[in-house]
Amino acid sequence: MMPGAVMMPAGPEKVTAARGAISLSHITRIFAGSIPAVDHIDLEIQAGEFFTLLGPSGCGKTTLLRMIAGFETPDEGRIVISGREMQDVPAHQRAVNTVFQSYALFPHLNVEQNIGFGLRMRGVRKPERKKRVDAMMELLQIGPFAARNAGQLSGGQRQRVALARALVNEPEVVLLDEPLSALDAKLRAELQIELLRMQKRLGMTFIFVTHDQHEALVMSDRIGVMSNGRLQQVGPVLDVYEKPRNVFVAEFLGLSNIWAIEPLGGGMAAAPIGVLKIAAVIGVARMAMIRPEKIWIYNDTHAPQGRENVFPGTVREAIYMGASTQYRIELGGGGFILALDTNNQAAERSWRPGEAVAVELKPENIMLVEA
Amino acid sequence: MGTAAQGEARSRAWRLWITSGPGLFWIVLFLLIPSGVMLGIAFFTNSDFGSPVLPLSLDSFSQVAGYGILGWSGANFTVLLRSLLQAGVATSVTILLAYPLVFFIVTRPASLRPVLLLFAIVPSWTNQVVRTYAWMELLNPFAPVSHVAQVLGIIPPHLGLMPGNFAVLVGLSYNYLPYMVVPLYAAAEKLDWTLVEAGRDLYASGARLFFNTVFPQTLPGLLSGIILVGIPAFGDYVVPQLLGGDKAMMLGSLIADQFTFSPDWPYGAALTLIMLVFTCIGLIVFRRLTQRLGGGEGAML
Repeated sequence: MMPGAVMMPAGPEKVTAARGAISLSHITRIFAGSIPAVDHIDLEIQAGEFFTLLGPSGCGKTTLLRMIAGFETPDEGRIVISGREMQDVPAHQRAVNTVFQSYALFPHLNVEQNIGFGLRMRGVRKPERKKRVDAMMELLQIGPFAARNAGQLSGGQRQRVALARALVNEPEVVLLDEPLSALDAKLRAELQIELLRMQKRLGMTFIFVTHDQHEALVMSDRIGVMSNGRLQQVGPVLDVYEKPRNVFVAEFLGLSNIWAIEPLGGGMAAAPIGVLKIAAVIGVARMAMIRPEKIWIYNDTHAPQGRENVFPGTVREAIYMGASTQYRIELGGGGFILALDTNNQAAERSWRPGEAVAVELKPENIMLVEA
Repeated sequence: MGTAAQGEARSRAWRLWITSGPGLFWIVLFLLIPSGVMLGIAFFTNSDFGSPVLPLSLDSFSQVAGYGILGWSGANFTVLLRSLLQAGVATSVTILLAYPLVFFIVTRPASLRPVLLLFAIVPSWTNQVVRTYAWMELLNPFAPVSHVAQVLGIIPPHLGLMPGNFAVLVGLSYNYLPYMVVPLYAAAEKLDWTLVEAGRDLYASGARLFFNTVFPQTLPGLLSGIILVGIPAFGDYVVPQLLGGDKAMMLGSLIADQFTFSPDWPYGAALTLIMLVFTCIGLIVFRRLTQRLGGGEGAML
């Protein structure tokens, strides 16, 4: 390996920071004459973590990724990778590899040459290079296409080659910019699992950018939800989904029922659908949220007696989605509620529009969120 | 009995004639027939007045090879080699000038690019003779540039930068630069910059980044440019005639002489054939190169 081609962690900080750990502080990027694309982001990513940046398009997630890769320079703040300050380290010297959204495979090179490109640029000798490229092609099952040109590959194969081209360099961090967005649903699901297995096996830090909340839930150790250049919430998948911090996170990650509430004391709060009993300490919170799948639906004749948060209603809409059915229920006290029920009963047991039902919102399932 | 299929075939043949007819007519009348005549003339004997007369002979070709009444001379080979060399060097110069220029233009804001490109092209809209006269003014022995060159000891005193091989090189490079800029610009404008980023991401920088990511993408344009510059420069007449002088004669001037001063039509025709052969070889070689290197894209030829 050519010395100096890839910077090794150096200096006193290397003792404290693990290989592949990333620390972002106050990262800001403002494109000329515009609002900040990335606005004072502080984020710590652990070594070997699968971290997902989730957000709608234009939220700044790709810009953040490009700054970690070294394609963009932050206007403010510092990026530390494996304990090394990245301020003056150009992209080609960072031990970070990117899987591009468009794959960006070199069209004039074949699969094998594409994968070996990084090693060649780093001066890895041919026998060693071939060994590592072959091993990576074996791992990702792309050996049979080794001699093909990038243009002769299917989307899934290109995706694998792009991934192999990044992984073969054994980078400290792998950056993935919506790498699965161009694939059809079935292939995407397959590659999600494959990508995840690969990451666990190689133990590299993965930063994955996506706007697909389902993908984020499936793959990540932790998620950072971004909006308007800011991180709205960072945490383990379960926390972010179950306990969204604010309305944006709740709505972006899955379906939700959200109401403005007025505290009445004693764990009670007035909501547009009626008075709710809430298990959590209400404090200054003025918004409450419940996921549709956390709502129990009963036939009106079977509604539980003497329990909190049981409301009568009428099914207005039933959307059959295979494994589950999504109901829009008009409540007696006015307003609508979205509820999801698994279809674990015979199909004729599900509710039809017009049917009278009762819904139960268990107090511990109601979450308090910021506006 | 005409069926629908026959009618369809007839109308297709008719459309083919309508669309390709005029072009075909043009090529036959102004390219194939004159070339055929030229080919024929090369096999005639020269009369005292330079016109082709019978009997048929191969004299003109031995003249091309250097045999004359004074025995063998290498002058024709020198002229041929000089033409090849001048065309080659001039093409290289246009490449070296065009790359930075083109990448300067494509990295400007989109609204500015057409104007900048126009600046590079507009000079080629004026007559080549006029522009070459301008170079004569700039490079002649009394011009300031020549004075500077004399003072610096680059050229001997009392001589100018013109006439000579240097002046021809300058003239050719200047004249044909737009024909390199335009195809290169076309290739550079649709350059996929993500590939450049991918190169940087995979540890390439500087010259290696350029040759591994930018250069392959501009190769089809470059090959087109080489053909558009190299071939006309090889056969150029105006530039060597005005800027070259005796010691910088190129094939174009040699041929022209056979139809004017000498005159010796069969010899001139034979020289023309030789030039065509070289041009065709060049085209075939580049066509092959383009197919090999440019992948499926191919040069704009």
